[in-house]
Parts: sequence; structure tokens; C-alpha cells
Amino acid sequence: MRDTVMPNNIPYAISRYSAEELKDALKKMYLIRKFEEGAEDSYMRGLIHGTMHLSIGQEASAVGSCMSLTDDDKITSTHRGHGHCVAKGADLSRMFAEFFGKESGYCKGRGGSMHIADPSKGNLGANGIVGGGLPIAVGAALSAKRLGTGAVTICFFGDGANNEGAFHEALNMAKVWNLPVVFVCENNKYGMSTSTERSTAVKNISDRAVAYAMPGVTVDGNDFSAVTEAVDAAVERARKGEGPSLVENVTYRWRGHSKSDRNRYRTKEEIADWQSRDPIVAMAKLLVDHKISTEDEVAEIEADATRIIEEAIAFATEGDNPKIEEVTRDVYTKGAAA
Amino acid sequence: MNMHSKTDLRELSYAEAIREAMDIAMARDERVILMGEDIGVYGGAFGVTGDLVEKYGTDRVMDTPISELGGAGVAVGAAMTGLRPIFEFQFSDFATLGMEQIVNQAAKIRYMLGGAVSVPVVMRFPSGSGTGAAAQHSQSLEAWTAHVPGLKVVQPSTPEDAKGLLLAALEDPDPVMIYEHKILYKMKGHVPDGYYTTPIGKAAVVREGKDLTIVATSIMVHKALDAAETMAAEGIDAEVIDLRTIRPMDRDTVLASVRKTGRLICIYEAVKTLGVGAEVSAMVAESDAFDYLDAPIIRLGGAECPIPYNPELEKAVVPQVPDILEAARNLAKGRV
Repeated sequence: MRDTVMPNNIPYAISRYSAEELKDALKKMYLIRKFEEGAEDSYMRGLIHGTMHLSIGQEASAVGSCMSLTDDDKITSTHRGHGHCVAKGADLSRMFAEFFGKESGYCKGRGGSMHIADPSKGNLGANGIVGGGLPIAVGAALSAKRLGTGAVTICFFGDGANNEGAFHEALNMAKVWNLPVVFVCENNKYGMSTSTERSTAVKNISDRAVAYAMPGVTVDGNDFSAVTEAVDAAVERARKGEGPSLVENVTYRWRGHSKSDRNRYRTKEEIADWQSRDPIVAMAKLLVDHKISTEDEVAEIEADATRIIEEAIAFATEGDNPKIEEVTRDVYTKGAAA
Repeated sequence: MNMHSKTDLRELSYAEAIREAMDIAMARDERVILMGEDIGVYGGAFGVTGDLVEKYGTDRVMDTPISELGGAGVAVGAAMTGLRPIFEFQFSDFATLGMEQIVNQAAKIRYMLGGAVSVPVVMRFPSGSGTGAAAQHSQSLEAWTAHVPGLKVVQPSTPEDAKGLLLAALEDPDPVMIYEHKILYKMKGHVPDGYYTTPIGKAAVVREGKDLTIVATSIMVHKALDAAETMAAEGIDAEVIDLRTIRPMDRDTVLASVRKTGRLICIYEAVKTLGVGAEVSAMVAESDAFDYLDAPIIRLGGAECPIPYNPELEKAVVPQVPDILEAARNLAKGRV
């Protein structure tokens, strides 16, 4: 793991970002946590159907990775994508409305948990197929290069996707064409129930970067500053035309893979150990220690996030269901075909 | 079939017509790029892209690695973000390696995102048997993609339509899959100059007749026309419809013809069961045109068999002109 403390003992993120940006980042991390908790609670209360993949415990990776992106920059996301969506600037009310399957949701109730995204913020979509977003991200980077937009694409994927063929094909093409894309692997240790130790031939997923002649680095994905330092450097390389990079954020999902998970493949002790390394607690401490925020301000940020989520749930609850007679709308761009 | 000036008698091959369409599109629109395996200096496995790389350079005529899944996905991502890629699968069979991106991504992204984005990608699939390339390089799998809402699927049978449908596909905001028959690449025919489009979703009545309707796709259109000439000498007047698009299917043209003739044969090279013929038959059976039928519908399709290597076997597994004649004669019995 990379040592993220600068020579003068100022962590990278503190020296790189303004107080406002850092407080906003903390707020986004709280929003992700509370969105996920609200989603889980809604499920428990029978307010939604289907399943969900919660990213509680992975908030520093989502928010830290997107810190240097603008709305013109793109991301592709995964089935565990709520956090990426928040990090890329989505509106929480429309997110919750989508989660509730409402017409006022981002996908008008057609996509649900696994597809929530705000394309106007550069989010090209969450994806229900493991590895599905990898080639799409390369395509977005190809557009940016060909059209000269200067945009960078971050491709989020999990440890599970690193064993898909799409991973190999996408990283190879990204390097062959020297495209402005950053592959951010969120290694949360398990592809559903199968650990990386049992599924992956290399110790670190970033070790695979050498096969594509691109820089690869593994960082503590629960350390906001470590994530921003690694991903920002990769984004900077991409923006300067120096091609793709692979960053591995090692993190952990506190919840099961989805709602059917009985956690039979890991121990309570392991979960508790990772919970003791809560990325939000660490981020709050970082801001307090460096006098970016007081503890009271942190509490205010958290309360603000709580309020936003409550409003989002109310907005979603009040929203209209999509009309059944409009179910085939948007299959095609111009009216229905076939 | 030719809606353009009859004084323009210029002929091109089917492959040349496709290349001309790509050339016109690239000259008109900087966003159009070509992607595929060996489409650059090699000119494409079937010579379709030819020397376009010399005119447009390797940035716009991009040789991809042998990565059908990744390549198709890059085309999808590029289409979502401002480019108009035309992706060539070297053989349609190889698209099986890219089905994830076609079926789960290209076809569904617009819908999954509530209509917030479109995926204007064009994919080309050299298909069909007759080249001695055996089971993994000769298939007709168009029904696979035609089964997926969100995609449009066309099968041009002539050079004119090959050009017009490709240009129409590029104007279309949604993913369009173009199945080209490899045996047709060398077929010559009249191709109008300049820019024009052939409408997606419209069949063409390529021979008018009153005794029976033959609905055909791709290379089978030509076999049907051959058979129709022989039938004419025997007093059977066949109407031949080139379906051209199989998703969305031109219901009106097919049903109108069946109402007129009362007899239907559907011919396609793909494996007979669960394919285009089943859909055409059901379309008739579920409509008022059913009441006009004077005889059972006949489907002629590929055998329930992979495409074999031996040339005689290879011919035996797809419909040929004598098969069409036999079916037509049986159908016409009692009337003629």
C-alpha cells in the first residue's frame, strides 16, 4: 500500500482540495451511507421489491475517485453503483424515486437499483453485468480522444470483473490506443461469495497492469486521501494524453452481496474488523485533525445528509408509478418499433 | 424496387455498394468511424472496407485486436458519447463472442436509463453458407438479435439496398444490426449515385404475382426470383417479397400480399425452426389474412444441422431453387 503522507506530513487530499471541497466530499460519503441504509430499511419494510447491492463501507472509494472529475468527465459503474452515482453528483431524490420504481426516478422506474444513473452528470450507467462497463468506458474514452473533448473516463469495476474476458479486452485496447481512461477496481474481497484468494491468480489486481503496460497501484480504499492521490494522478496522466492506468482500491462491503446473502463465506470477526476501519469515521477524523471542520460541523454535515435522505424518501414515496400503457416507451428513440 | 432515376445504370457489387455507403457517410460526418478486425490495410476479410483506410487514416478506420466482446463494447460506448461507429464482425459467427454487449448493453441501455441516452451504433455481420468454411464460419444467426427489443435488424439482398440500408442505419438513433450475405458480396447490380436511404422496416415487393406469395430474406430473394421465372412458364404467377428488415417486420406488405394470393411460402437460409419463417407465419395466422389462406403455409429453411464442409452437403442443408419449385407446385395444385 502506498504511503499517502506527504513529506511535510500533510495528507495529499488536504493539500490538494479546499475546505469546501473536502466538506462536500464528507457530505457525499454520508449521503451514500444514508442512501444505502434508507434503501435497506425500505426493503425491510416491504416498500420495494427486487434486490439491491449495497456499498456501505466503500464510500471513500466512490467519492475519492471522482474528486478531480468535472460533469464533462464520464464514469461507468457497476451493479453496486449507488455510491458512484452520488459521487458523480446525482440528485438523491431522483435516485430514491428510481429505487422505488417511480416515473420521477432517473430511469423513470424502468431501471431500478441496478441502473440508477444521471447521464447529464457524465454517468454512463450502472450495469447489471459484471464487466459490462469495461469496454463501454473504453468507447467513451475513444470518443473523448477522437472528438478532442479533453474528458477522462473512470471505469469502476469490482474484483469479480477482473476475471472476466471483458477486463482483458478492454485494458488491452485502452493501452493499444492510448486512451484517457482510468480503471478503478474496487476490490471488496469477494465476488459474491468467492474470495479473491480463491478466484484470482495474482495477489493484487493492480499486478495485472503490467500485462497491459500501464501503471498499476494498490491503495487502501478506505483511506480517502490515498484514493484521491492515486486516482488523481491517473486522471492527470489520462488528461495529458499519457494513456490509461489501473488503480485498485482495497475496501470491504459491510453488507452481503445482495439481499439473499447469508454471509456463510466470511466470519463475523472479519466483518467487525473492517467495520472498525469505517472510511467515514476516518474521513471525519482527517478533517477534524487538520482543522478543516470542527466536530460540530461534522455533526451538522451528517445531520444535513440525514435530512436530504428523508426528503428524498418522501419525494420517492409521493411519486407516481409509471403508466402501464407506456411500458414500451424508450425501447426505441423514435416511437415503438416491432 | 429502384426508386431512383432509371437513366442511371451504374452497376456496383454488393461489397462496393457497402463501401461506397461508408465512404459517403465518412465524408459527410466526421463522427463516423469504422472498427473491426483487419479492416485497415488488409481491407477486410471480404474486402468490404477495401482502401478506405488510405482515404480516412487509421484513426477512423480502426483495426481492432481480435476482441469481439471488447470491440463491440467500445463501439457501444463510443456511440453513447458522440461517435457514430460502424463495427464489423469479421464473420457473423464471431458475434457470439460479443453477444453480451449487443444484447445486454446496446439493446437495453436506452430503456434502462429511462430514455436519457441513445446508442446509435451500427454493426455489420457477414453471414451465410456457400463458401466452404464449415460450421463456425457459415451461420445465419440473425434471429438471435431480431429476438431482442431495442435492436433493429436488416438483411439487404441487393447492392442498392445494401448501400441504402447502411446509410439509413447511420441516420437511426438506435442500434442497427446489418446481416450481409457473403455470397452476395460479388453480386453486381444497379446502385444510384450519391446519398440516399432505404427505409428500415419496409419490405419490397420485388415481383408482383397473383397465385402465391413468397416471402424471402437475403440471398433467398434471388433464389425465389429464379424459381418464380420457372413457375411463370408453368403458369404459376408468384409474388416475391424481399423482407429486407426482420425487426421491425413490415406486416402490412406481407399481409396485403397474402390476402391477394391466398398462399404463402417463407424462405430463409437460417435454421428453419424458431426463425423468421415462424414469425411471418404467426403474423399471418394471427391476422385476418388467415381467412384468405387457401392452403397451409410452407416454410423453407435451413436443416436442423450445423453447416457441413463437403460442398454437396453444404448445398443440401439450405433451400435451393428446386426446393422452392417443388413447394410452389404443391401449393398451387388445385388452382393451376
